[in-house]
Amino acid sequence: MIVAEQKPLTEIAENIKDAQKVLVVGCGGCVTVCLSGGQKEVDILATSLRILRKKDGTPIDTATETLERQCDKEYVDKLAEKVQAADCVVSLACGVGVQYLAERYPDKVIIPAQNTKFIGGTTEHGIWEERCALCGECILAQTGGICPIIRCSKSILNGPCGGSQGGKCEVNPDTPCAWTLIYGQLKRQGREAALGEIFPVKDWSKARDGGPRKYVREDVLL
Amino acid sequence: MSDPATQDGRKFTTESKLEKLFARGEFVVTSEIGPQKGASADSIIHHTAESKTYCDGFNITDNQSAVVRLSSIAGAVHILRHGGNPIMQMTCRDRNRIAIQSDLLGAYSLGIRDVLCLSGDHQSFGNHPSAKNVFDIDSIQLIALVKMMRDEKRMLSGEEMKDEPRFYIGAVESPFGDPLELRVMRLAKKVRAGAQFIQTQAIFDVEQFAHWMSLVRSAGLDQRVNIMAGVIPVKSLRALKYMKENVAGISVPDELIERMAKAENQQEEGKAIAVELIGKLRNIAGVKGIHIMPVSWEAVLPEIVTRAGLHARPVID
Repeated sequence: MIVAEQKPLTEIAENIKDAQKVLVVGCGGCVTVCLSGGQKEVDILATSLRILRKKDGTPIDTATETLERQCDKEYVDKLAEKVQAADCVVSLACGVGVQYLAERYPDKVIIPAQNTKFIGGTTEHGIWEERCALCGECILAQTGGICPIIRCSKSILNGPCGGSQGGKCEVNPDTPCAWTLIYGQLKRQGREAALGEIFPVKDWSKARDGGPRKYVREDVLL
Repeated sequence: MSDPATQDGRKFTTESKLEKLFARGEFVVTSEIGPQKGASADSIIHHTAESKTYCDGFNITDNQSAVVRLSSIAGAVHILRHGGNPIMQMTCRDRNRIAIQSDLLGAYSLGIRDVLCLSGDHQSFGNHPSAKNVFDIDSIQLIALVKMMRDEKRMLSGEEMKDEPRFYIGAVESPFGDPLELRVMRLAKKVRAGAQFIQTQAIFDVEQFAHWMSLVRSAGLDQRVNIMAGVIPVKSLRALKYMKENVAGISVPDELIERMAKAENQQEEGKAIAVELIGKLRNIAGVKGIHIMPVSWEAVLPEIVTRAGLHARPVID
């Protein structure tokens, strides 16, 4: 899932300081699962903003809505009336949702309430970790199901570097060295000899380095 | 017309002085200079003049610890101009494959003949921790790239070039990194990629290093690459403890810490330890040279080299 973390209230408040009617929109997708932008967080944020503005002597009206998904035009369309009634819209979706709102309602100021962090999952309740770099050309088959692009601090393909000690990354002692994990995994599977081969340079044009990406599937086009 | 890379009837891959010294069976001594954090080469010039007859080459670091300093290419040229032999460090942290190849071409055109390929310290350790890193290619891919440019006269894209850079290729290895088996496998990979000499991370634990060397010899790697053991002369107990606790890949035995703690004059003890380490390391089978890294203590090099009995450096015509 996409993991996002709510921005500080003061930053959100600063961005809506000229508004009197604020629509706060959540998303029922990833950010609901990672407990940062679902209906519950929408209600808390709307209330917090109202209290803050009331204390400041510039009270606001808030309306709320949580869409099934903000990254889907069909759902975003349903907001039209509420958006029209508001001065500005605060989105608790990831960066995709914010942009979908901005594209659909170009006359409204759309404010992000989240910092979209990474693609990952929970390792235990309350802890999320990054797992995919969205590099566009998956190499997990060669690396024992552990991604060095995102889990190695240097994204090296022929690791580990000299900064690996006691199975940890020198950048952060809480971070396991991806290459130690890869070695362990391949060894368990009797495939560690493959690490003797030089992993070729990566084609980063398939990642975002090639420019904004687009994926077209002719078979499902209408 | 005679081939400039031929000497004593022997074919060399490059014009590198280091390559010739290793081929002659000399025990090679290299050192290291870290450029200044400013637009001046005064310290590089000073250390070159002071120490050039005490070693066969100076590594010139490439923004080590991710701290912005005068560039390694410029530093290497200053060393050359003042009669030293530069070993240009090149990391993968700050350059993509375009900049790396361009810098290799430029460096060779300026007379630099030796390159040391590294990943580079992560930017979070430096003075610009909010920088974006590059790591387009890694150190092993960099080694293979330098070799490809030299031996195949081609760029990474496969495009041919007329005037290829002919570098003698160095790499680093961390004998105390984890996991140990993978370290030897990775050294083999560096050799296969094209590394011709290896400078190791600083060694304080001779016994553990000797064990690593025995694995290296078992894999036949000492016959395929010139291994130089790394030594850091340490000025104080504080510095020694810092390395033990904070620097990945450095293992400092407790006896050494105790010895330094008891020393009346820690600087003198630090020198004595370095000289003793060199004496022990050079007797380990397969060690072809010493790489002395006098971090922020460049002036100590002549004394250490002299006391280690390595001062009379060989001359290449």
